[in-house]
Amino acid sequence: MTPLLEVRNLKKYFKTRAGLLHAVDGVYFSLDKGKTLGVVGESGCGKTTLGRTLLHLTEPTDGQIFFEGRDITNPAKKDLRRLREDMQIIFQDPYSSLNPRMSVSEAIMEPLILRGGMSKSEMLDRTRQLMDTVGIAARFENSYPHELDGGRRQRIGIARALALEPKFIVCDEPVSALDVSIQAQTINLMLDLQEERGLTYMFVTHDLSVVKYISDEIMVMYLGQVVEKAPADELFCNPRHPYSKALLSAIPVLSIHNKKERILLRGEITSPVNPKPGCRFMARCDYARKECNRPQKLEECSPGHFVLCCRYQEITDK
Amino acid sequence: MEKKRKQLRIFEIWRRLKKNRLAVVAFFILILLILTAVFAPLLAPHSYSQQNAKLANAPPSARHPLGNDRLGRDILSRLIYGARQSLQMGIIAVAIAATIGIALGTVAGFYGGWVDNLSMRLLDIYQAIPMFLLCVSLAAVMGPSLHNAIIALGIGIVPGYARIMRASVLTVREKEYIEAARAINASDARIILKHIVPNAIGPLIVQITMGVGSCILAGSALSFIGLGVQPPVPEWGAMISEARKVMREYPTHALYPGLCVMISVLACNLLGDGLRDALDPRLKN
Repeated sequence: MTPLLEVRNLKKYFKTRAGLLHAVDGVYFSLDKGKTLGVVGESGCGKTTLGRTLLHLTEPTDGQIFFEGRDITNPAKKDLRRLREDMQIIFQDPYSSLNPRMSVSEAIMEPLILRGGMSKSEMLDRTRQLMDTVGIAARFENSYPHELDGGRRQRIGIARALALEPKFIVCDEPVSALDVSIQAQTINLMLDLQEERGLTYMFVTHDLSVVKYISDEIMVMYLGQVVEKAPADELFCNPRHPYSKALLSAIPVLSIHNKKERILLRGEITSPVNPKPGCRFMARCDYARKECNRPQKLEECSPGHFVLCCRYQEITDK
Repeated sequence: MEKKRKQLRIFEIWRRLKKNRLAVVAFFILILLILTAVFAPLLAPHSYSQQNAKLANAPPSARHPLGNDRLGRDILSRLIYGARQSLQMGIIAVAIAATIGIALGTVAGFYGGWVDNLSMRLLDIYQAIPMFLLCVSLAAVMGPSLHNAIIALGIGIVPGYARIMRASVLTVREKEYIEAARAINASDARIILKHIVPNAIGPLIVQITMGVGSCILAGSALSFIGLGVQPPVPEWGAMISEARKVMREYPTHALYPGLCVMISVLACNLLGDGLRDALDPRLKN
């Protein structure tokens, strides 16, 4: 079966005054229909840029993207329009991703208007249906975003993304701006929708407890590179890359008996501008050796579990 | 349903504006001035151009409540008709400037890059010429008349509007909802018209109301030096200019039109001030 989405060696560099900023640097992954890929990493590791590049909100510098087996790396304008009906995005901040001068129904109707081919009353029906699907009461139809709370706003964002019945949705930290009780509601809504419609998600987040709950597979990114990629359970039980270990050790544990050892990272994050060819995590890694200066290769340490570290075996043995 | 919503928004702004007494007073003064201008033929007791040598520089009387000017024309009637010219100068000139300014500023701010650089550098050059001097030379080249004065004024004050709009667009452009619109295939035109302009225009609305006041003033100045409205058509600036010759003997001839200019400019500025507060959602309560 061809995967729904496949990415090969995807690169996105930004020109800055200091030099080339490697936001996304050689990312490979493939994603099957109906699955969720969690992308985690700290701020500035390129996870948001990765999502935006997939949707051509910024153009990739290099690499290839395949959607349902078709190469969509450099789509023609006409193809891009159709592509965006299949691929959608839910934005991070529901406070800035909605136009403050558009009412709830106007905002949800906008994608339908832009696609065309529907009468006004059909669009209105569809809008109400969508509002019902995401759980916004009909009485909010003519409200404006500033009159709603964050959870409801994010539901509008979800309704907009669903309006064109996409197959694949990039969720760019969709719950990080919401408070915890609303986060759970929103995530459950997204999971329900996935089950109902067979949606495929790429779930970008820095919240590890969320990503464990929702993902089938998890990709850990550091400075534009994928440092580890594994099925969700495998990654949480058996992280191999030093960075993933440190990241996972930061999850609080509700137990006083088995205290987990917290791995504290020291030092500044390396600059993503003109990075050296070696391991990018080296400057902060406790296990750094001379061989880490060589370019690293993604290795499969167990089936489906990939790690970008030349010393992963020695580290695990310790 | 949608219309009701729009009306509600206007009510909301009006409700907030009402809290500012001065702005409300200014608003009614402006309405009154506009009505005066529109219904001038009905309101004016006499013709604005009827001369009467016997009444030259006559003091106020029952028939001529504000007296007569040096050609014996009724000053009150001239003031009432003058409102037409003066308000036209203010409103139309600002409308011209705001239209060009919004278009230029939005395009420069939205597209950025060389488009932005080119248009802003042109505006720099433009602004290096003193605004009033520019208006004077434009009006002089095109020939003195009301319409040319309005056009000259309108063109003269474009840079201010374009710059404000550009700055405002620059902040709105970076908002996530612009990207969200892109993601659902919105064209540039739609993004500009539906998402950028409505959200960026706030600061400009204030500038527009204030601009009307300064345009009335500048228009009066143009008329004063003879480049605006031509006699016998009355205009407040032109009336002051004429009264200059008899200023020492009959200071009221210059005083009345001067007061009219002052009141309308003040009303515009106060309304602009009030609107700024009423339109800013952060100052909601």
